[in-house]
Amino acid sequence: MKEKKVFKRTKGLTDIPMRYCPGCGHGIIHRLVAEVIEELGVLKRTIGIAPVGCSVFADEYFNCDMIQPAHGRGPAVATGIKRTRPDCIVFSYQGDGDLASIGMAETVHACARSENITIIFVNNAIYGMTGGQMAPTTLIGMKSTTTPFGRDVKVAGYPIKVCELLAPLEAPGYLVRVSVHKASQVMKAKKAIKKAFQVQMDGLGFSLVEIISPCPTDWFLTSLQAVEFAEKQMIPYFPLGEFKTPYKKEEVKKEAKEGIEVEYRTDFN
Amino acid sequence: MSRIEVDEKRCKGCELCVIACPFGVLALSDVFSSTGYYPAKMVKPEKCTGCTLCALVCPDVAIEVYKEVKKTGAKK
Repeated sequence: MKEKKVFKRTKGLTDIPMRYCPGCGHGIIHRLVAEVIEELGVLKRTIGIAPVGCSVFADEYFNCDMIQPAHGRGPAVATGIKRTRPDCIVFSYQGDGDLASIGMAETVHACARSENITIIFVNNAIYGMTGGQMAPTTLIGMKSTTTPFGRDVKVAGYPIKVCELLAPLEAPGYLVRVSVHKASQVMKAKKAIKKAFQVQMDGLGFSLVEIISPCPTDWFLTSLQAVEFAEKQMIPYFPLGEFKTPYKKEEVKKEAKEGIEVEYRTDFN
Repeated sequence: MSRIEVDEKRCKGCELCVIACPFGVLALSDVFSSTGYYPAKMVKPEKCTGCTLCALVCPDVAIEVYKEVKKTGAKK
């Protein structure tokens, strides 16, 4: 009997086992980014930026050059690298505390300048590494260690929707929100990440992929319940879809016919 | 017959592959792995079609999938 290896570990990842909690979405997103870099053939000229947060050890897992800047300064450091080495592919891997809280200024201004970089924004609605404190993206009424009775709008305000926040700016090239809570969404997420890197390689400006990721430990759920929570609570508040794309609408429709069915939103274009 | 290989050093027993499999091929093992988790294993290996859905959702990239190559009917 002949058999063929149809799924193998990508060369974009090192052999070190990941030290994330069981059921954490970071591992899936690491794999998708690494696979995309490998498939585009840019592994040797890619520079990644590790965040401060759960994925602070991303430099150990990715098989490309990595830098670890100060908390939230990923887009600023990425700007510097891209401007000095325009031939390199630069991506910044950031969590919601890193990007939407302390690094909000860097993110908005990198977007407004339309720097030719790619940002992978992992939204798990919590500060994971420090022990489950409230993040800017924590849902209303959601329990965390600093909001033990649920997030109160009168005290802590409303969750920030980063894609909706950046979409009205003139500059950004590609803004999309995807999820990794089930297999079909993982495939869509990979297509979105590939498109984001393609936008950078085509020189079309800033690209940001927001990815809804389950965090079983700090949501105080099992991994299966966390997947359900992501689907039933997170996605209604953070709707999936493309918010901005540099490619023309006809091309988008053609792609949609060919089966790349990310739910396209055109009301922001 | 298609099959998967689970790397027990990487698997953390999160069960995501168990619910991803449309045929119920996978379940968690009864014995600890060396890392202290119950790793996933094949319980109905004859039903595996090599669809790679389990590998797609695996957060630890612990699964490798081998698909059977059928000799007849492949080229027409």
